[in-house]
Amino acid sequence: MNRLVIFIASIIFAFNVSAFTSDTYTFDDEVTQIRYNALVKELRCPKCQNQNLADSNSPIAADLRREVYELLQLNKSDGEIVDFMVERYGEFVLYRPKFSALTYILWFGPAILLFIGVVIVMFVLKNSAKKKQPQQLSTAQKNKLEQILKDK
Amino acid sequence: MNKLIRLIPLILFIALGAVLYRGLSLNPQELPSALIDKKMPSFELTQLLNPEVTLTEQDLKGQIVLLNVWGTWCVYCKYEHPYLVDIAKGGRVSLYGLNYKDDRADATQWLSDYENPYIFSIFDDLGKLGIELGVTAAPETFVIDQAGVIRMKHVGPIDAKVWKDKFLPLIEILEKENQGIS
Repeated sequence: MNRLVIFIASIIFAFNVSAFTSDTYTFDDEVTQIRYNALVKELRCPKCQNQNLADSNSPIAADLRREVYELLQLNKSDGEIVDFMVERYGEFVLYRPKFSALTYILWFGPAILLFIGVVIVMFVLKNSAKKKQPQQLSTAQKNKLEQILKDK
Repeated sequence: MNKLIRLIPLILFIALGAVLYRGLSLNPQELPSALIDKKMPSFELTQLLNPEVTLTEQDLKGQIVLLNVWGTWCVYCKYEHPYLVDIAKGGRVSLYGLNYKDDRADATQWLSDYENPYIFSIFDDLGKLGIELGVTAAPETFVIDQAGVIRMKHVGPIDAKVWKDKFLPLIEILEKENQGIS
């Protein structure tokens, strides 16, 4: 039992260690450190495309982390740093693309599809409800029915 | 009218299939460069073989400039090397190297072991110019026109097919533009 606990703990520990990148930067204040951490999580590694800069071990990701650090030291704003990356690597480096003519479909596509789906469902429901409604008898038919019932 | 409505799911399915099929056939490594039709970024770096010589973007001049990003650590750079030698000998373009994130001694050795196809190589050991150019790895090749504007970026090695399909058509256009100017 004890061994099992140690085994599981060591696995968890190993995974935790691998999540840290090797480079360590010192920051003058905590806010800059938090901004750095947020930026490297928000920016995508252009080489290893399903990882952000924080997770990737590729050389280009390390270079870009250094670049983010240096830009922060130069007192650049988050927006300026993001623009710096987009100017060089394109919109692709952003996990959350900006609003532009190219990305409208990404932002609004799902909502539009949901709206279309809802409209179709409503249309279908309305149609089937119409079919279930009892058919009205015409006046002639009503008279005939009354006649038959009276005759009984 | 009703028949048309019944066809809508089929039409949507075909449209979605077409979009997804196109998505699968694209190469995700081949990103559209953000630098096309922009000026070559400015830089100040040393020459690989002459550390005393400082280079800037002003030094990249020629008929049509090819800037090839390479490194001794890069396997495909070895693969494309013979094609680069041919291109340099062809004389239609001016071929420059950007020695990217490399060791100066290793790179110098590499150029003497193999043939040096470059007019000169810029030594970018920290990858600073690489970041300015949006380089993700080597090899990559930029085509820069007479006015110093980046016209194309090719990711991956150059071989005979890539040269014929991707580079030659652009070079012909650029040659015509140059004739128009002169």
